[in-house]
Amino acid sequence: MSQVTAPKSSPKNSPKNNPKNNWGADLFALLKRHEVSFLPFVPDAGHADLIALAQADNDMQPVVLTTEEEGVALASGHWLGGKKSVLLMQSSGVGNTVNMLSMLSNCRFPFVTLVTMRGEFGEFNSWQVPMGRATADVLSAMGLSVHIVTEEDKLIKTIDAALYAAYSSDQQVAVLLSQQLVGRKEW
Amino acid sequence: MLQRREVVSKLNHHRGDALMVTGLGSSSYDLHAAGDDNRNFYLWGAMGGAAMTGLGVAMAQPDKQVIVLTGDGEMLMGIGALATIGVQQPNNLSVIVLDNGHYGETGMQASHTQFGVDLPGIASASGLPVAMSVTNEAELDRLIEAITAQQQGKGGAIFASVKVEAASPERSLPIVDGVEIKNRFRRTLGLQPL
Repeated sequence: MSQVTAPKSSPKNSPKNNPKNNWGADLFALLKRHEVSFLPFVPDAGHADLIALAQADNDMQPVVLTTEEEGVALASGHWLGGKKSVLLMQSSGVGNTVNMLSMLSNCRFPFVTLVTMRGEFGEFNSWQVPMGRATADVLSAMGLSVHIVTEEDKLIKTIDAALYAAYSSDQQVAVLLSQQLVGRKEW
Repeated sequence: MLQRREVVSKLNHHRGDALMVTGLGSSSYDLHAAGDDNRNFYLWGAMGGAAMTGLGVAMAQPDKQVIVLTGDGEMLMGIGALATIGVQQPNNLSVIVLDNGHYGETGMQASHTQFGVDLPGIASASGLPVAMSVTNEAELDRLIEAITAQQQGKGGAIFASVKVEAASPERSLPIVDGVEIKNRFRRTLGLQPL
């Protein structure tokens, strides 16, 4: 098990070796406050609680993707139709999105993605390291503002700011959730 | 063989209130040639993103019909989109591929569909309830009937591969400014810029 004790409300279907977090419910409530009901995702252990909460809520639309760039186009289309989204992915998936991110700057689509990090802090699997190291630079190079959260008490505040910037002034913001926050995958 | 401009002109004529999203290159030129419209969202890049952009609109506007018009190369690049659409089962989305078997924008190199890759087969296996191959006028009429039926609430997501001649009609260029294309599209839905 990870170093963080699982809350009682954790979804039963979370894999045993995935770290649990305590902020899934707070984040879910924040998304609701911002009227975000559309959550495209490629699964990641760090997002498991949020995805499970969304799947259990009739007012939320979690949309499973085959690859992360689908989520960029999907979120863009959803805003064309007038609705807000948050894309959930892992750092490795950022590499899959690069050219699709050009939509965001070309059309100035408001955009928020929450990226759980791998290969960044205490990583066991070296194959995760190159993309983990490049994640923030790649997003910045494509024109997104990047916020890195390493401490739990900054998490909600940062995502709140990201959502506000995106949906009040057409900003594109990535919030990277450090392995210091999400815990490392135990093997 | 069907001609892409005539196919798109006919589809546009029968679009009713549908919103349309086009993939980069010839599909965008074809729809622009058929008649510029604020309800058209033309992609000029983001190859592979047309179907997902259309799905995003369709899920945000469930009472509107959405038609994605793209090429075989663009569809192949984002082929996983068909699996994602199959999971969501939007009953207001059509994805129409103008399949000329070539990458027309880059020198007419052969695409996978010339080697037997079956796009309607992939769409059908992904769970789209209507997946058709259109090779002549009669089949094009059946596609238009399916779109009309969908508008009336009959039938779910539609996929069609329309086999068209590998020709390069004169380019008909829509505006390039993505912000303007976005804002004018959203205004048709009563949505104002931030």
